[in-house]
Amino acid sequence: MTPFTFRRASDASAAIGLVGATASAKYLGGGTNLVDLMREGVERPAALVDVTDLSQAIEARADGSILIGAAAKNTALAADRTVRTRFPMLARAILAGASGQIRNMATVGGNILQRTRCTYFYDDAARCNKRQPGAGCDAIQGFNRIHAILGASPACIATHPSDMCVALAALDAIVHLEGPQGGRTLKLVDLHRLPGEYPDVETELTPGELITAVEIPPLPFAARSTYRKVRDRASYAFALISVAAAIDIEDGIVRDVRLALGGVAHKPWRAWAAEAALRGQPATEASFRAAAEAELTDATGLRDNAFKIELAKRTIVAVLGERAGEEA
Amino acid sequence: MNFTVNGKPIEAAFDLRTSLLDLLRDHLGLTGSKKGCNQGACGACTVLVDGARINSCLALAVQYEGRAITTVEGLASGGVLHPLQQAFIDHDGLQCGYCTPGQLCAAIGMADEIARGVPSVVTADLSAETIDLDHDEVRERMSGNLCRCGAHNGIVDAIAEAFGEVPA
Repeated sequence: MTPFTFRRASDASAAIGLVGATASAKYLGGGTNLVDLMREGVERPAALVDVTDLSQAIEARADGSILIGAAAKNTALAADRTVRTRFPMLARAILAGASGQIRNMATVGGNILQRTRCTYFYDDAARCNKRQPGAGCDAIQGFNRIHAILGASPACIATHPSDMCVALAALDAIVHLEGPQGGRTLKLVDLHRLPGEYPDVETELTPGELITAVEIPPLPFAARSTYRKVRDRASYAFALISVAAAIDIEDGIVRDVRLALGGVAHKPWRAWAAEAALRGQPATEASFRAAAEAELTDATGLRDNAFKIELAKRTIVAVLGERAGEEA
Repeated sequence: MNFTVNGKPIEAAFDLRTSLLDLLRDHLGLTGSKKGCNQGACGACTVLVDGARINSCLALAVQYEGRAITTVEGLASGGVLHPLQQAFIDHDGLQCGYCTPGQLCAAIGMADEIARGVPSVVTADLSAETIDLDHDEVRERMSGNLCRCGAHNGIVDAIAEAFGEVPA
């Protein structure tokens, strides 16, 4: 690990000032990903600014929305009564990720900004365009079981590993940012980028910008939402495929739906095509299958991950079927 | 920098790169907490910070300045084993023992989470006020701790005895 300075920030403006004062400074949340990457030599910040003293508040608002401080721990968010009743897919997604220990350390802001678990990104001896732009990608010809089937590029097939973000994408979450140029908001679905030619540029954040809060707008039918994760072992593994779903059915017709996928792309994948295909259709397995087909039309598989295309479709159909059964 | 470790105030000076695990083991001589994978996968380094279980290998010690840390060395009191330690012995919850300190701290942290009503991914009803500590709940909640000897069944039985009934 390369040496670094360490400062604890008391509020967002102090944190932004401290990070702006040192080149290659980084914000530090729970450290469960950044400390590991520093140990591997993938990350080499000259300065760490600890932002875990920033707001951890989880505010249930009267209009049905929730405002979550970015320093809230993953455990606290999953255990929050309002989250569990208004947005159960979010609680289930968080609880499907990592281990009890890691959820106690990890913050909401850090979960959003965690890096891919592509093994070639971690391996200093492998070529990786994300770690070293222009170096090439050893995953494309390598062991790529966990890699992307949607939105990948010839430069990078890494996936975003977060479960929480899949639920946030489905719930139209809004990320609150503060930076040297002031504050702004960004939809979670617009925060992460597809790899394109520049897989090293993973988000739309500008230098020094800090996530201060995440807002989830009201969505009454999300009270019956869920999250299903398919993985290589029953617990403590990253997703092969995951699905966050909420569906609103009236008289057998899909009035509205929210659907997002994890484990498929460089960003949490909002299933816009499937949602459009479902609205106004009968809530039947045939409709669910057609919607899944529409979403995966452009999916491409490599040597080890082609099975995930059919797995994604089947998981979508299964989860929507389960939700429809509950609604009926 | 100041910490409270197993109830005692301590002061330590160390390189900022030092993990909480290395602080405990190499600076304070508390070698009960183990370094298995050193990347958060095995749980052998699990300690309690203000009662919450964490992976001390992924924690920079400097981030935990001023906090109260409990390691396996702090579980027994007055020469009497913690009930969970005795239960591990009674139920053969170990063979080589390398993962045991982490298993013990993780299970104590887990029991506190259950008492506070923190759900898990196998909790069927997220709106329930209380959570039954059944077999599936224990296995899911202890998945961050590996035992390569395969003593998991004894570990689950020990946790059941110490913290409540676990129907099969």
